[in-house]
Amino acid sequence: MHEMSLCESVLDILEQQALAQQFNRVKTVWLEIGQLSSVEPDAMRFCFDVVTKHTLAEHARLEIIASPGRAWCLPCGQEIAVQTLYDACPLCGSAQLQVVSGDAMRIKELEVE
Amino acid sequence: MCGVCGCGEEHTHSHEENSHDHSHHHHHEVAHSHAPSLTPARMVQIEQDILAKNNAYADDNRCYFAERGLLVLNLVSSPGSGKTTLLTETISKLKDEITIGVIEGDQQTSRDAERIRATGVPAIQINTGKGCHLDAHRVGHALEQLNVPNRSVLFIENVGNLVCPSAFDLGEAHKVVVLSVTEGEDKPIKYPDMFRASDLMILNKIDLLPHLDFDVDQCLRYAKQVNPKIKVLLISAKTGEGMANWLNWLKAELVLQGIEYA
Repeated sequence: MHEMSLCESVLDILEQQALAQQFNRVKTVWLEIGQLSSVEPDAMRFCFDVVTKHTLAEHARLEIIASPGRAWCLPCGQEIAVQTLYDACPLCGSAQLQVVSGDAMRIKELEVE
Repeated sequence: MCGVCGCGEEHTHSHEENSHDHSHHHHHEVAHSHAPSLTPARMVQIEQDILAKNNAYADDNRCYFAERGLLVLNLVSSPGSGKTTLLTETISKLKDEITIGVIEGDQQTSRDAERIRATGVPAIQINTGKGCHLDAHRVGHALEQLNVPNRSVLFIENVGNLVCPSAFDLGEAHKVVVLSVTEGEDKPIKYPDMFRASDLMILNKIDLLPHLDFDVDQCLRYAKQVNPKIKVLLISAKTGEGMANWLNWLKAELVLQGIEYA
């Protein structure tokens, strides 16, 4: 249930941005959640609605952009697609993979008024 | 609870629970700012990591640790893997050579901190209440109260939970994941985030192996599959088997961090 904490962090960021960029309401939040991040998008949606109640983001739409997992295979020396953190390289079968993208969890963009 | 700041229910961050001053900076990372638009709805691009705030507190903690020569290890595991017993045994074997402090995280009770204090080492308990993990801000507050001497080992025993603590950097040198053989050999691939985030895996309770179907080699293969760089130690904190390797690992880490002890 750390999605609850993460949503509270999202709300913190929204409140800071509201002061810095002078808006009163958040209508849409675009979140990039990597396939390899430790976040469950459905849990995030559920928690977002709970956490934003009675705040500047109440009833805001949450758009989750799922970024695909990519890793660098050390033996092959090339980038490959991975679905999980324990995938083997589809080309050589090695587990010597370094994740290069798809583990992010960040706010990309807001629609505000 | 505010999961990242931990300052109470409200998002005011006024630190009502903590009337003392503290040395953390509140980071307000703003990508850019511009004058308000006249149009009612507009787009704001911010590109901000959700964990940025926790990570900023973790950086503060890391500076604090570096300035004081503290080797800080974040012990993570599911509940009941034997973290506290591992700690009390480690303390009893090391405390004549090096000073040790412990931060205990649990949802409720101070039982673990009491077990640690019984060994003669200072310990502070953080109760996370409904929270499922420790965050860097709470650890920062605990540091103010614990007063660990310079050139010590500080163990942070995280909340027993094989999922959430993986995402939260506390400023530690290493996450150390403790897996007990009663839990099953497939935990590394069932909970890959934690095993990926950890630098060392301690396979504990190996004295029970004769009574179980636990496949040690398969477990290590799974762990390496998730994290090829993970180091593994086989231990029974209860019988002492393998403990020497763990103590050697700790001493090697102290040397690597340039911390002179004893």
